[in-house]
Amino acid sequence: MLLIDCPFCGAHAEIEFRYAGEADLARPSAAAGDGAWIEFLYFRRNPMGLHAERWRHTHGCGRFFNALRDTVSDRFVATYKPGEAPPAAAAAADHDR
Amino acid sequence: MADLASLRASAFDSQPPDSTALRIHALGPSLRLVLRAKAPATVAAGAAFGPALPEQACRAAENGMRAALWLGPDEWLLIASESESPALPAALERALAGKPHALVDVSHRDAGLEIAGPMAATALNAGCPLDLDPEAFPPGACARTLFAKCEITLWRRDAARFHVLFARSFAAYMSDYLDEVRRELAAAPEAG
Repeated sequence: MLLIDCPFCGAHAEIEFRYAGEADLARPSAAAGDGAWIEFLYFRRNPMGLHAERWRHTHGCGRFFNALRDTVSDRFVATYKPGEAPPAAAAAADHDR
Repeated sequence: MADLASLRASAFDSQPPDSTALRIHALGPSLRLVLRAKAPATVAAGAAFGPALPEQACRAAENGMRAALWLGPDEWLLIASESESPALPAALERALAGKPHALVDVSHRDAGLEIAGPMAATALNAGCPLDLDPEAFPPGACARTLFAKCEITLWRRDAARFHVLFARSFAAYMSDYLDEVRRELAAAPEAG
């Protein structure tokens, strides 16, 4: 059983959570043009390695939060509240591996 | 080798065995309200309700027949006796007037079970992934979680007594699942 550390209510089982896509996507302005909108709507980084993504504790506190997850090992490097910056130390440590 | 003949149960046995180690019975009706709010509305609601709304994650606060369960950082389940409707919701609305909030009466949404006895935690863990060790989930702890495919609100009243709330349309599912758990535990009494 994989435990995910919800920044609001602590470690809970993975099945209580839902994945909600890549984090930190900035919505372009209405005047930004088709290129920027296509980029925003359809293109994702899909990296092999560390990925900042949104998760929702659907069957728990119900809140969205952000997670840094390694897409190769499925290891959750860090979780943090929306609006907060990812913990730099955790991200750097993972890159150095 | 186990004596299978004596342990065999028919697939059509409908009544699970009674057990003092695991007692399950339905909770009666009660007034249940879901409050979504942030400070200062939470402080005003706590003052009007009786127990102050717990700020600590996954904890319940009790005062007599009233209880406030933390469900999320801005979400609480308020439980009171059914006879307090409609006076209590009205009093809360008065206390919260002018402060952004949502107070919804969900008394009729949920059905409830009390699961008690030394095997209660083991029985719940047949469907619920939470760590129910008293150190991780002590009396007074509460959480919205899953029991098999059913979303539940779990509240530990005592070391060996839990309240489980779930949407009433899941009542048959929960009841069947718990009957299965009772049969399982009766067949393997040394478990847990």
